[in-house]
Amino acid sequence: MTSSTLFGITTIGYLLASALYIGTLIFKTKKSGLVASIITVLTFLVQTAAIGLRWYESYQMGMGHAPLSNMYESLVFFSWSIVIFYLILEVKFNNRIFGAFAIPFAFVSMAYASFAKGISDQISPLIPALQSNWLIAHVMTCFIGYAAFAVACGLGCMYLMKSTSSDDSGTGLLASLPALRVIDDLIHKCMIFGFLWLSAGIITGAIWANSAWGTYWSWDPKETWSLITWFIYAATLHARFTRGWQGKRIAWLAVIGFVSVIFTYFGVNFLLSGLHSYGSS
Amino acid sequence: MSKKKNSIWSFFASVKLALLVLFLLAISSVIGTVIPQNSPAETYVKMYGENMARLFQTLDIPDMYNSWWFVTLLILLALNLIVCTIERLPSVWRLVVLDNLQTDIGRLGKMRSRKEITTSKSPEEAASQVKAGLSEAGWKASEASRDDGTLLFAQKGPWTRLGVYVVHTSILVIFAGAMVGSYFGYKGSVMIPETRSTDEIYKFGSNEAIKLGFEVLCKKFTLSHYPNGAPKEFRSDLVILENGKEVLSKSIVVNDPLNYKGLTFYQSSYQSYQKFLTSIANNETRNQDRFLIEPGKQVKWDGEKVTFGIINRDMTDTPGKFRYKIWFANESGVAEPFWIVDGDTTIVKHGGKEYTFALKEFFATGLQVTKDPGVWGVYIGCGLMLLGLYVAFFLSHRRIWVYIKKADENTTVLVSGNSNKNKQAFEKSFDAVSQAISNKLG
Repeated sequence: MTSSTLFGITTIGYLLASALYIGTLIFKTKKSGLVASIITVLTFLVQTAAIGLRWYESYQMGMGHAPLSNMYESLVFFSWSIVIFYLILEVKFNNRIFGAFAIPFAFVSMAYASFAKGISDQISPLIPALQSNWLIAHVMTCFIGYAAFAVACGLGCMYLMKSTSSDDSGTGLLASLPALRVIDDLIHKCMIFGFLWLSAGIITGAIWANSAWGTYWSWDPKETWSLITWFIYAATLHARFTRGWQGKRIAWLAVIGFVSVIFTYFGVNFLLSGLHSYGSS
Repeated sequence: MSKKKNSIWSFFASVKLALLVLFLLAISSVIGTVIPQNSPAETYVKMYGENMARLFQTLDIPDMYNSWWFVTLLILLALNLIVCTIERLPSVWRLVVLDNLQTDIGRLGKMRSRKEITTSKSPEEAASQVKAGLSEAGWKASEASRDDGTLLFAQKGPWTRLGVYVVHTSILVIFAGAMVGSYFGYKGSVMIPETRSTDEIYKFGSNEAIKLGFEVLCKKFTLSHYPNGAPKEFRSDLVILENGKEVLSKSIVVNDPLNYKGLTFYQSSYQSYQKFLTSIANNETRNQDRFLIEPGKQVKWDGEKVTFGIINRDMTDTPGKFRYKIWFANESGVAEPFWIVDGDTTIVKHGGKEYTFALKEFFATGLQVTKDPGVWGVYIGCGLMLLGLYVAFFLSHRRIWVYIKKADENTTVLVSGNSNKNKQAFEKSFDAVSQAISNKLG
């Protein structure tokens, strides 16, 4: 059994779970929701094992490093972070309806890692600049933040769908969604959680850059975009805390913020050039 | 006059300004990620045409993050943070140190979290049991007599109200660190060939030479590769010399620089010269010497009448590593040529004599040199920011009041409380506390 096989199973598992969560939302069948949760948990365990196995395999190949070093590995970890973050929310808030807005992100991330052109799933050795313990701290903190923002975005979509539908009969597609007030509160919670981790991600990146290159900040496009994302969420949080923004406005900002996250993650690698180029393949 | 001052003050104190500045910073930062920064002037003409290039120069777009307008935005953000803090901190501080035993009793009955318990116990007995209940639930209460009754008060985390100001201050601390770094620090680079030392480095941009006040010697540079040929490690063995005496030595790699007297030396590049460092010693006479040789050229070691040179090169099983064929002669004639792997040492025997021969490709190590006395400010700011964010987002100031008063035959116990954040979580702990109290009284 190789890690690649397990990652293949993971992709299928999240596809199945996504379908079941969406089915649960549409058909309001309690059982399918439970099955979706069980499949998600099992797939998550498989994925965790696969990440561990890939780590082990890299040692077997004589270059031992944490599987967080290129685009493929980061996508896998992104998907893993989304799922663990979502599962914690599912347990904490005892509601599996919004799985339909979270687990598909995890599936898309895995599928993109596996099938996109130009993304290699080979384990490759670490170039000197990446040989640092800050690699793990930096990538982990960033992706925990990204995962929280992904879920905030999913919840934002959910909020916008529910608030724009005029169906109040209680039988429609969106009637089973939690009350708007509850979604709004969750979006906010995801955002502050993500913001703390994004800040930690930027800071660990700066410390690492200083130990590798002698500059903690060089306005490289990746750095700058992470800061742009940080500004967007900082402005959102201020608008909420001090000007009382909530509801639709915050839901839109959750979506816009996540677009910025995605651009920081992919756009910079593919469209702009800079110091972070090793993350692109 | 004072009205005018007030309007400027309130402009800087407004959250609207903060939102506007954050928005402008976010939008304008995009420009520098799309338009290449610090490229030569011609590049912009080639990419965007002459008129656009001129416009860019006027607006400092090619170095926008250091431009007057971008720096102005950052200064606005800093002023906004300072004025907001001065404006709001005093009233928040009053809340932190507030004597809550003076709280208006009328307010207690209007709080969202409250519970009224009636007991047949005497007020004194009830008070002591309420105190016990509170302390069991982890709340330490203080006490005062108010309006013929007893008021108990307990709180957790009043200081957490300061979290947001810690975050704001942390940004100012980071700015201060960055400014100290840019005024009192510099960045430069230097190439040091192996076995040589330098006492000056060259500043980025201006190429101005800066005296170090000590010497840096590069004893050795080694380059290694992975089996697939990708570079694995760049390593420089550096020595710091003060007045010619060794005071510090360290082998540096990327991600592990050398620090000395406020300067940091980073491994950043290397240069190959197609030359080789050789050292040769006569094992009997103990004579030895070092030579920098080029392939195909004969070298004479005068003291020992030895002549040698590199005549061929071949790959080894280690990727990126070569071995070299050496032609060797002394007074007894020409010896059989021998092979030596780059970086190795070997014994050469010829004509009854024995020599120790070592060969290594000759490199210069490229070091980046940074002096940044502000970096600790930046790091402290970063630490404060994370601490402040955690406090501001996840901890709250929770307060519980219990008012005990005699009412006819019985005693009424009014438990009420509030939290400045995370009200749902407080609701739960409030329920637990009021339950603990009513258990005690029941």
